[in-house]
Amino acid sequence: MTNAEIMPKVQNIFRDVLDNEELEIGAESNANNVEDWDSLAHINLVVAIEKEFKISFALGEIDSLKNVGEFVDLIKQKINP
Amino acid sequence: MKHQLNYPFDPHYILRKKRSIKRELLKNTGLVNRRIAIIGGSTTAEIKDILELFLLKDGIKPVFYESEYGKYYEDIMFENNELDKFAPETIYIHTSSVNISNFPTIQEESDSVAQLLQKEFAKFTTLWERIEATYHCPIIQNNFELPYYRTLGNLDFSDIHGRTHFLTQLNQHFAEYARSCKNLYINDINYLASWFGLERWYDKNFWYAYKYAMNYEAIPLLTHNIASLIKASYGNSKKCLVLDLDNTLWGGIIGDDGIDAIKLGRETAEAEAYTDFQQYIKELKQRGIILAVCSKNELDNAKAGFFHPDTILKLDDFTAFQANWNPKHENIKHIAETINIGLDSLVFVDDNPAERQIVQDMIPEVAVPDIGNNVAKYIDVLDKTGYFETLSISKDDLQRNSYYTENLKRQEVEARYNNYDEFLKSLEMVAEIKAFVPVYLERIAQLTNKTNQFNLTTKRYSLAEIEAIANDTNYISIYGRLKDKFGDNGLITIIITAIKGKELHIDLWLMSCRVLKRGMEKAMLDQLVQAAHQRGITIIYGYYYKTVKNKMVSELYRDMGFECVSLAENGDSVWRYKLPEKYENQNQLIEVIT
Repeated sequence: MTNAEIMPKVQNIFRDVLDNEELEIGAESNANNVEDWDSLAHINLVVAIEKEFKISFALGEIDSLKNVGEFVDLIKQKINP
Repeated sequence: MKHQLNYPFDPHYILRKKRSIKRELLKNTGLVNRRIAIIGGSTTAEIKDILELFLLKDGIKPVFYESEYGKYYEDIMFENNELDKFAPETIYIHTSSVNISNFPTIQEESDSVAQLLQKEFAKFTTLWERIEATYHCPIIQNNFELPYYRTLGNLDFSDIHGRTHFLTQLNQHFAEYARSCKNLYINDINYLASWFGLERWYDKNFWYAYKYAMNYEAIPLLTHNIASLIKASYGNSKKCLVLDLDNTLWGGIIGDDGIDAIKLGRETAEAEAYTDFQQYIKELKQRGIILAVCSKNELDNAKAGFFHPDTILKLDDFTAFQANWNPKHENIKHIAETINIGLDSLVFVDDNPAERQIVQDMIPEVAVPDIGNNVAKYIDVLDKTGYFETLSISKDDLQRNSYYTENLKRQEVEARYNNYDEFLKSLEMVAEIKAFVPVYLERIAQLTNKTNQFNLTTKRYSLAEIEAIANDTNYISIYGRLKDKFGDNGLITIIITAIKGKELHIDLWLMSCRVLKRGMEKAMLDQLVQAAHQRGITIIYGYYYKTVKNKMVSELYRDMGFECVSLAENGDSVWRYKLPEKYENQNQLIEVIT
């Protein structure tokens, strides 16, 4: 799966979790520039992503991610080992 | 909308879509506010969010107080203005095995281990006692799930130093305490964790990263269980199970296959599964759930099934029996009328998804679990729905089925009389009407939480509140029991009134639907007036607070001779009754023992 294939799925997850059907997510999106992306929503996002892509993150693996772009890169690594 | 949260549910869907689910649920009207304090030994943010959904689904709009992370002990034990001001109606204590302060070490002597156990237990009993003294509200308390690891291996279970042993003992103490304490209800996470799977339950990523004591995916299961307890405490549990027959209570179609060919008994795998399902239903009946049949069948064929040599359920297990070719939703309405309970007290079980759908669409109040079409899974689904959750099993529960069966006999007799009063006389009714006494307080509290139709104010009381009222001389509170030649109906009506100078204010007047139209309300008013006389009361005020369910008593005070003082736009009304010099009893048909 490529970044371009992963991104729309990630965007759908963001839309569901943040309950915003019009939300546009890009590689540069992060908790500071996306409304309602708080710490609780963050956990919901991670859990939904794990389920959607049938992957699991190791402890600490996502702490250092700066934005959605890096998130998507990590997802890609996980599903195409 | 409703089915997303009905068991069996998809936990990931709920977690992912919780905001939009909540948005939709908030559109429902008639939501009742409830103040619930969540006191956590681990993170509770998501627990609060998902619990809210399960409560909203059933008409409860929770307002939450949430303790700071891990501050469950301090929040209760030390002065807490915020919680005092919040005045919780329910307190949920979310603790689990991660909150054990000290497990025994392997070097410890047995009396030191016993002390450790007592100390750990005392931590909780002091919490519960403090809540009882300060907030007088029901407590929902988690027990403990089995430990994450066993350094002693299998020995962990039997050796007194084992964590498994320690937690099991502690759970035993919790159970004993809960049996003796009326306001403490155990949320059995030990069972939930086992059912969910301990391996998945202990998701240590979530513990280390966010301090959640259990897997995120388990939170819907956990909160669904808590919601069932909260709903039960407000009397929202279901009372009656309506069952289809063919491929639900036995395998095959009795009308086509004949009684000899239906699958029941122990001979084949399928037959055995249907038999076990019948056994499950039988046990529900024994604990007080009313059973009814709703089947598309010829009546004779349907009844024949219960004469099968291996049937566990018998004809007389059912209080209502509808087998015909009418639409099922019509039959279900008929059943509710026959046994005189609300449609929202019914659960309908049918293997046929089309029938389930029609019933759900036509009567949304009826709970229609998706039991699927695999008989091996019926028990699983029905058991986990939590529809029949109860906080205690009273004598009344165990006798409930006989009350309804006796009522059917009364209905048969009634049909033979042209004059209703003549029919009532023939019942030879005897009532006992007295001031509250300790032995009945639990039943009285239960009634205040369960009764919706003949209920003038629908005020709910905890047992602690009822105890306080019973001991307060500023209240006149009476209960009524009614029996007749068909049987004893038990304690079925109460009035709670507050004395204010020369005035008496009726805070609560309710009666079980089991004894409607027997004139019992007249006998109750007679006794109330007499008690009021003795206390020098000159005027009685009655209040009617309109709900979606209590229309039947909107004119009760008028019928009883009260005059209307005010009628609000929302349908609420206030009534007044001036005590006459000489009062004549309204009741003429019931012999009253006081």
